[in-house]
Amino acid sequence: MSKTYFDETHCAIGHPKSKFMQWMLTVDHKRIGIMYAAVMFFYFFIAVGTAFMMRLELLAPGGQFLDGDTFNQAFTLHGVIMIFLFIIPGVPAVLGNIVMPLMIGAKDVSFPRLNWFTFWLYVVGTFIALASLFTDAGFADTGWTFYAPYSINTSTNVIFTLVAAFVLGMASILTGLNFLVTIHRLRAPGMDFWKMPLFVWGIYATAWIQLLATPVVGITLILAIMEKYFGIGIFDPAKGGDPVLFEHLFWIYSHPAVYLMILPAFGIMSEIIPTFSRREVFGYRAIAISSASIAGIGYLVWGHHLYTSGMADTAKIIFSFLTFFVAIPTGIKFYDWVATMYKGKIILATPMLWALGTIITFTIGGLTGVTIAMIGVDIHLQDTYYTVAHFHYAMLGGVVFLFFAGLHYWFPLVTGKMYNEYHGKISFYLQFVGFNLLWFPMFIAGYYGMPRRYFDYLPEFQIYHQVSFLGAVIFITGLIYMFVVFYKGWTKGEPSGTNPWNATTLEWHLPTSPPPLENHSKVPYVDFNPYEYHHGQPVVKFDYKTMQRID
Amino acid sequence: MSGPYVPEIAIDRNGNEHIVQGWQGDFYGGKLGFWLFMFTEVLMFGAMFMALAYYNTLHPQDFLDASASLNRLLGGINTVVLLISALTMGLGLLNMRVGKVKEAKQMIWATIILATLFLVIKGFEWRAEYNHGIFLMHDQLLPESSLALGQKLFFGLYFTMTGLHGFHIIIGIGLMIWLLKRINAQKVTPDHHILYWNIALYWDIVHLIWVFVFPYYYMIGAGGATGGH
Repeated sequence: MSKTYFDETHCAIGHPKSKFMQWMLTVDHKRIGIMYAAVMFFYFFIAVGTAFMMRLELLAPGGQFLDGDTFNQAFTLHGVIMIFLFIIPGVPAVLGNIVMPLMIGAKDVSFPRLNWFTFWLYVVGTFIALASLFTDAGFADTGWTFYAPYSINTSTNVIFTLVAAFVLGMASILTGLNFLVTIHRLRAPGMDFWKMPLFVWGIYATAWIQLLATPVVGITLILAIMEKYFGIGIFDPAKGGDPVLFEHLFWIYSHPAVYLMILPAFGIMSEIIPTFSRREVFGYRAIAISSASIAGIGYLVWGHHLYTSGMADTAKIIFSFLTFFVAIPTGIKFYDWVATMYKGKIILATPMLWALGTIITFTIGGLTGVTIAMIGVDIHLQDTYYTVAHFHYAMLGGVVFLFFAGLHYWFPLVTGKMYNEYHGKISFYLQFVGFNLLWFPMFIAGYYGMPRRYFDYLPEFQIYHQVSFLGAVIFITGLIYMFVVFYKGWTKGEPSGTNPWNATTLEWHLPTSPPPLENHSKVPYVDFNPYEYHHGQPVVKFDYKTMQRID
Repeated sequence: MSGPYVPEIAIDRNGNEHIVQGWQGDFYGGKLGFWLFMFTEVLMFGAMFMALAYYNTLHPQDFLDASASLNRLLGGINTVVLLISALTMGLGLLNMRVGKVKEAKQMIWATIILATLFLVIKGFEWRAEYNHGIFLMHDQLLPESSLALGQKLFFGLYFTMTGLHGFHIIIGIGLMIWLLKRINAQKVTPDHHILYWNIALYWDIVHLIWVFVFPYYYMIGAGGATGGH
């Protein structure tokens, strides 16, 4: 039995004997990815719990067990964890770390020690973020956007959250930087940019956004801290400052950030669809370029968050049209995926089910996004449940669904075991039904004027909140079910072998399952496209001793 | 990660050999990574310059008045000091590349001294401003003072940006001292000087940012309170 990355590792400092310290100090990208996943899902469940508390409060009109201030803190906690701790690092830090170097035939990322440092920076950031829960002033109640001047004036402990967001942003920058250099430098010989798997393209576009947008929000948060504690006046209208400037600076980062979340997720989709259709992906270059152009155009659309904040009409119209533009490359991707499935041998394994489910949910999320990109409609729908439903359809129904798809897809790669397909599918259907029950009524409630972030509402909205609550119960049941399936799979699952899905990309051509410490024992020469299938069978075959092609 | 690193060979279908680039000893990769990191610094200061330019358009006269009251002599000397320090840093790197380790170390020391001089001059400048009642959370910059709003914004940003820049200088001094230790420990040598290269790059960015800070804060009011009109 050959050794895998669970048996041995390289460490950042020295080489400790204890297994535990080896995990703490590991520089192996696969182990770091697993640790990210562990920390991230821990916080994810805290945020899900907070959301469930809010749903419980909203089950009936009037205040039941959360008062208004606590409710404000609850949705801030939910937003801060979900955005900064879970979904922004999400796919790149977990799957990008584990899979991307394997896909390009690298032994590790370009700066393995930096990767280790980044992970711990992230952990420190999460501690700072939640530390204020235990202080007297209490957790921030500003919402995750920290809009000035309220964030400057509130008596709750905003500074912890701001500092945490800065530290987490720093970790995000360093991850992006590491991945950019890795993708530029460590591709296997022969693999040019047009032979990279599309997930790597997604990570590449994401890494640029991480690098170019995060510093702006970093300095904005620093300026907010300077404003709050040194009174420099920059965001305070009483001192001549302009709070709308904060919104601009904040969204210059935070709007590209949603593309930062979705692009690697789209990359996962681009891996799963060809693999389970047994067909070469349709429009490889179009998908790759659309990732890059989403990253580019995504920079120029932040103003659509400010339609009601006070902005010149010309600017509003420009931002509105630029926002429509983003839908074009996204649409191209979706048509390409559907075209890939056409005449394919579709295999409805759990990852494919998640991908197909996402085609439905993200289409709803994306198209409702186009409606609120229109200036007139947005004036009506701004800060209503319609917006809440839109971004949950895009983020949960897009990013997180695809993240789950990727977790199922690469589960055998990471653990060397297979989860139970039957139970995996049940958990998908539970979550898919629960998800739609949970969020679709909010579109209607929002359209009729139910404002977001309120702990109380008029009795006529109760039916929507009740349906949502039912959906939340089903969704969370499915969620827990899925993690039980993962746990059972890891502990009791059948060994999967190196390539259970008959996939073509390099991460499925490893010498052992799970992979050995330094990945490919021999690096192959890449003179083939990532998804070459012929009559439903992979074209490229290797002699695994020498990693030379034998087809 | 122990023992000398031997790059792997990949063989294509025609039997040709291709060297596999590893992360170990990747000089170009190390440079690329640090360039990208420096780009984030530019964006960070860029956002602050944007805020500065925005408030400048809102309060043009206040900005000229406030700028006119800054000490251009000390600011100018500091600019010269930083430019010379960039030169010494660059000369040191050139020395290192041709194998003159001792001269390189002298140049690093010269850079450290110039950087410290910059901080000392900056300290005197801030002290004088403090004595005039202009400092964060102090006298003229408090909300109840009668100083014009635009001037308060100008000085608020002035202390934020020069403070952040000064913080970068302190980090730079720390990095250079660390670099000297690494050179003494033979970890940075003429054949393996990526750390030196990157710290020199960092120092270039630090002085480059100052090259933009200086005119925008000190020079726009140089023609007196009317801005030279």
